[in-house]
Amino acid sequence: MEYRVPAVRMQNISKTFGSIVANDHAELTVYRGEILALLGENGSGKTTLMNMLAGIYYPDEGQIFIDGEEAVIASPHDAYKYGIGMIHQHFKLVDVLSAAENVALGLKEKGRLNLKKVAERITELCDQYGFELDPWEKIYNMSVSEKQTVEIIKVLYRGADILILDEPTAVLTPQETEKLFTVLRNMRSDDKAIIIITHKMNEVEELSDRVAVLRKGAYVGDMLTKDTNAEEMSGMLVGHPVELSIERPDPVDPKPRIVVEGLTVRNEEGLLKLDDVSFTANTGEILGIAGISGSGQKELLEAIAGLQPVEKGSIRYIRDDGTEDELTLKDPLTIQKMGVSLSFVPEDRLGMGLVGSMDITENMMLRSYRRGNSLFLDQKNPHKLAAEVVKDLSVNTPNLETPVRRLSGGNVQKVLVGREIASAPTVLLTAYAVRGLDINSSYMIYELINRQKAAGVAVVYVGEDLDVLLELSDRILVLCDGRVSGILPGRGADKKEVGLMMTRIRKEAADEE
Amino acid sequence: MSGGLGGFFAAFFTFIVSFFPRAVMQGIPLLAGSTGETITEKSGHLNLGIPGIMYVGGISGVIGAFFYENSLHGAEPNNFLILFIPFMACLLGSLLMGLIYSLLTVTFRANQNVAGLALTTFGVGFGNFFGGSLIKLVDTEIPSIALSLTSSHFRQSLPFAEKLGWFGKMFLSYGFVAYLVIVLAFTAAFVIKRTRVGLNLRAVGENPATADAAGINVNCYKYIATALGSMIAGLGGLYYVMDYANGVWSNDAFGDRGWLAIALVIFTVWKPNVSVFASILFGGLYILNNYLPTGTNLAIKELYNMIPYVVTLIVLIISSMKKKRENQPPQSLGLPYFREDR
Repeated sequence: MEYRVPAVRMQNISKTFGSIVANDHAELTVYRGEILALLGENGSGKTTLMNMLAGIYYPDEGQIFIDGEEAVIASPHDAYKYGIGMIHQHFKLVDVLSAAENVALGLKEKGRLNLKKVAERITELCDQYGFELDPWEKIYNMSVSEKQTVEIIKVLYRGADILILDEPTAVLTPQETEKLFTVLRNMRSDDKAIIIITHKMNEVEELSDRVAVLRKGAYVGDMLTKDTNAEEMSGMLVGHPVELSIERPDPVDPKPRIVVEGLTVRNEEGLLKLDDVSFTANTGEILGIAGISGSGQKELLEAIAGLQPVEKGSIRYIRDDGTEDELTLKDPLTIQKMGVSLSFVPEDRLGMGLVGSMDITENMMLRSYRRGNSLFLDQKNPHKLAAEVVKDLSVNTPNLETPVRRLSGGNVQKVLVGREIASAPTVLLTAYAVRGLDINSSYMIYELINRQKAAGVAVVYVGEDLDVLLELSDRILVLCDGRVSGILPGRGADKKEVGLMMTRIRKEAADEE
Repeated sequence: MSGGLGGFFAAFFTFIVSFFPRAVMQGIPLLAGSTGETITEKSGHLNLGIPGIMYVGGISGVIGAFFYENSLHGAEPNNFLILFIPFMACLLGSLLMGLIYSLLTVTFRANQNVAGLALTTFGVGFGNFFGGSLIKLVDTEIPSIALSLTSSHFRQSLPFAEKLGWFGKMFLSYGFVAYLVIVLAFTAAFVIKRTRVGLNLRAVGENPATADAAGINVNCYKYIATALGSMIAGLGGLYYVMDYANGVWSNDAFGDRGWLAIALVIFTVWKPNVSVFASILFGGLYILNNYLPTGTNLAIKELYNMIPYVVTLIVLIISSMKKKRENQPPQSLGLPYFREDR
């Protein structure tokens, strides 16, 4: 094979945050005209490494070569000079500005600001690579996928030919993902170098040419995608072989636990988020909720947990002895006092689930501080629980006193799930429990959820990865625009059919117009 | 009957012609303060030190004017220096205050509310201390300093203004600082809305991480916005002493105008061009109690002083109820930014 000068070569890169080592002599090479998938568990330093390439962080040690020349990238502006553009996992866009204004941001062009010209160029780029975007639309009116398009256009506009995408598909529907991949392939044919961070093995196999693996901040190795498979890659990034299948034991003696009838919920703006939703969640069973994001999943879980005002309908809790309790319009504290042990793992981990600036022990106390009659807080038991959670779920943290916001996404999730499960719930509500988690952590969460199911807990699992939903759930409820478009048995459900159901009601409504 | 009505309109017109210029003169310090504060807030910094900065701007101008007037020993003043020295002293004083604030909140990422309130307390104390010292130096019976010479230069209006009757009185009778502040307000509005720099500034205040990733020097924008905003606000203090108060400085006379300027920022939903008109409205409301019939209960007069604040509260309630995204404060207002924070 002829020798090519790599577009980017990173050598011996190290970076520490306080006592946390994010990268330990890591390496990376990417060539033009290829798509490199960067793999690693949560906290393995992928994003940190890429942030150093994009000028967000500055490495403590090591060198970066762009097209064979050593480069100093001290700020995002430097990165643009070298043609490096990063699409961050959490979009870096200003909500109140339009797409064109966001693109024009920070540009050091000569002359007056001419947004019309910017908009024209955006339309050109869209046509060239196959995007759809209205340059004058405000960001806060956009869907996630449109926002992502703005991000990509933003870096292309600056002439970036080395693109970094940090988990670009995490928030996209299968159809949107397909579109994105087409665009990325167009860019590859345009001789751009593309680095994509992802946790989804099927995407790696479908899209990338080469795979590079990081483990605990260090470089493990790279290989051609066509010479490897999901099992081997997972083994490399975990450090030992892993089994990639989700168990689905048959439910043992399922009995109705939560009965929802005709649930209708409006959000604060008065928009209908749930429209006449009825279903039953059984003990010892996982009820999967599928739907395009924003179809009412959040409102559904929050209504059951007592966080969302209900306009119409009822939510009933059925005890083991058959007596019923009304949960409708009760707040979480009242529900708890009724002796209903309900656990909720919300989508917004650091906003609703945990307090970012408090440590693990203190976060455990959030659930237990009301207990006991002592004047003083019981710190001993929460501390014990924290230590247990860290050990059992192998949470990667320097110590129990670290504020949780300093932990990586997967570890934050483990702390939250660990706490919720520890209260021995009879109902477990989870929203996007594995969002942003790597393979190993994801499977650990599936395993935990399965254990709860085996213990007779009624699990409601809101997920975005259809493959997982189909493998894990006993029954699947498909939401579309706040309405139930169907409830299917999980075994034997067809992915395409579920995907269609996710959009069906919307289509019908559009046809009628 | 029609004569009576005509008489009423004539009287009303005379009233407006005398009332309007007073409202404008009352409004200019508020306009300066709110324009400065808006520029600063657009960079994501809620500078509650503005009342103190305006106060320091005023006393700095007074100190400059005082020493220049005293160095004359009765000689004819230089027409340029008598304006230039107080003007520059005012800018310098308020610039230093702005730099203290930025050092604390941008570089050291101190809590903006605490830093701002401390700066206001400091500024008022600073002003009263030097005001008191100057009064001691003059050694008069009245606790104030009169800089009538400087003031008369500051208040000089265009020579033909008086010949233009009511038009001249309403629109051309002010000193140059007033026009400068109005021009600055319109310029600030244009820059924020229409230029590259303004776009970048808005991005810094809305979402500094985004601005940073786009290659904008966030701290540089924050420093310049705060420093520039402080200097513009300081001009409000200078105008108050030299024009409105006829060059008479007495401690604490500036009152709550600084807070009113901050209220004006909210009232105008962060638009300095709107502030040009709103400041006249606020100025009018501020002096309304002087136009109450004599003998009105003092307590009622105090109620009239509340009107600008009540109006601001109502605007705040309406704008947050309407939830129009463009009319909300900059999203990162009050939050410190550190690139490598996680």
